[in-house]
Amino acid sequence: MTMSSALPTEQRRKWEHFPHDADVGLRGWGATPAEAFEQAACALMAVVTQAEVNPKIAVRLKCQAPDLELLFVEWLNAIIYEMAVRNMLFGRFLVRIENDRLEGTLWGEPVDVERHAPACEPKGATYTALRVAKDTDGRWSAACIVDV
Amino acid sequence: MDPARFTRVDGTTWRVEPSGTMRVPVIIYADENLIQDMDDKVLEQAANVARLPGIVQASYVMPDAHWGYGFPIGGVAAFDPDRGGVISAGGVGFDISCGVRTMLTGLSVADILPVQKQLADSLFHQIPAGVGSESAITLEAAEMEAMLARGAHWAVARGWGEMRDLERIEEQGRMAGARPDFVSDRAKERQRREMGTLGSGNHYLEVQAVAEIFDRVVADTFGLVQDGVVVTVHCGSRGLGHQIGTEFLKEMVVTAKEAGIDLPDRELACAPINSEVGQRYLGAMRAAINCALANREILGHYVRRVFAHFFPDKQLRLLFDVSHNTCKVERHLADGKRRDLFVHRKGATRAFGPEHESLPAALRPVGQPVLIGGSMGTGSYVLAGEATSEAKAFSSACHGAGRALSRHAALKQWSGRKIVDDLASQGILIRSPSTRGVAEEAPGAYKDVGAVVAAAEHAGLARSVARLRPLICVKG
Repeated sequence: MTMSSALPTEQRRKWEHFPHDADVGLRGWGATPAEAFEQAACALMAVVTQAEVNPKIAVRLKCQAPDLELLFVEWLNAIIYEMAVRNMLFGRFLVRIENDRLEGTLWGEPVDVERHAPACEPKGATYTALRVAKDTDGRWSAACIVDV
Repeated sequence: MDPARFTRVDGTTWRVEPSGTMRVPVIIYADENLIQDMDDKVLEQAANVARLPGIVQASYVMPDAHWGYGFPIGGVAAFDPDRGGVISAGGVGFDISCGVRTMLTGLSVADILPVQKQLADSLFHQIPAGVGSESAITLEAAEMEAMLARGAHWAVARGWGEMRDLERIEEQGRMAGARPDFVSDRAKERQRREMGTLGSGNHYLEVQAVAEIFDRVVADTFGLVQDGVVVTVHCGSRGLGHQIGTEFLKEMVVTAKEAGIDLPDRELACAPINSEVGQRYLGAMRAAINCALANREILGHYVRRVFAHFFPDKQLRLLFDVSHNTCKVERHLADGKRRDLFVHRKGATRAFGPEHESLPAALRPVGQPVLIGGSMGTGSYVLAGEATSEAKAFSSACHGAGRALSRHAALKQWSGRKIVDDLASQGILIRSPSTRGVAEEAPGAYKDVGAVVAAAEHAGLARSVARLRPLICVKG
């Protein structure tokens, strides 16, 4: 089984934040799980900044998990890790999922505190409110709470 | 939550008896209004904790509780290793050993006011805060190992802190049993350039004035005087703790299943204490505690440096440093016997009463300082541990005001710019790289910290000593 989205994610907002008492919920939608993952990554970045993030540098990553939901948490945590160690923000994402493996590309730039005015730092994606599923309208959604 | 779902024991103690697979009751310490304002998820999560193997006595909930992940924030649960007890990465949380330290400045409000603005700017510029801030310290491998093994002792040896601070830090500044070798390379990489940084979200550094004293004897012992000025830092183990939490949560979801533990919620991922994974997590988590202790010690040093510039003849002394996301082995009376229990506190503060052996001689007669962070506008509290707290909740108390509104709702309701201006007109200077971050942390997004403290006191968890009001708040 191979799933990947045809286009990268910019300009097509198909994500949302949903409330949690202390932290923040993320949800992305797409025609495929891969696209829903990409959109949720946009939602993750919007927790940090509402400014535009220029896609200057590409970072590639891989992750693996026994099911799609756990893979979704892995994906978000891999992005959080790259943000932290590279001191970067990302604005564009491309995901390819094959069985239990994910290959992703993140495009972004180093944090510019004045321009990005980062509001907060994600600590980790959690298994709370975690759901990756095909909704009744045929679209995929991917959601969980992120600790900030 | 509807208070009718509980059996009311007294004005601030509410119980839900075990049902289904719950092994122990849920006990919530709060007044009726606080319970009404809590999300239903708090009880659901506390009941899930009550289902975990080896839990002793009850699944406790503090008055500032809110919906967390796995455990409620404000959850306390103790596990007996001899009865199949577990250790839970979710029960400690991502920000391992997140906590609060308060330092006494020997200054009064009148000393601060003439330089308040310059002091605020200087603290904001000297102390790295928020995403994109850069630490002045880079830890190479050998230093990383030393820091993870020795905590605040390491920081003091490197010149970032004072020897006399150590007895006023939990575990005397160094968590025993830390295993840096159980900390992954990725976790170490995430911490390499993060020592001495404040972080973001609800983490802050505040200059505060003693606004009110409730217990003069204890306040004297703590060194708190009316209109005296203190500095409080709230932060944790930074990227290292977050990464350890992430990795063990993932591993424990799998190993819990293998150990035959039925997880009511994956976020409660746990392992038997007496298992290979359990011991590995314990060693790594303790190393993260040392990271948090070292980090707060370094931040304290930076604060001292800034204050020395403005007030060269004043020395800042540490009142106390407490953590509120931990699992610690403590000897408690349970079912008529003193036993070593693994006490998880997720958004809850250890609150040892008077005469506890771990307290330094100067504090022993009055009990451990319990430092309660409020919100930017409403202030904070200093409490003292009570002897009664041991039987109530394994010597635990609340940790803060607790959120009343989500960040999402806060953003819809407030503008960060207006909050900064309103607080400035009340004499509170906010410094933050992000006005949106300020809006998310708006004072109105938090519960009434006074009501939380009153409930904790009424319930016998800790007693009020002093209320602090903010003068300067640096937020990441």
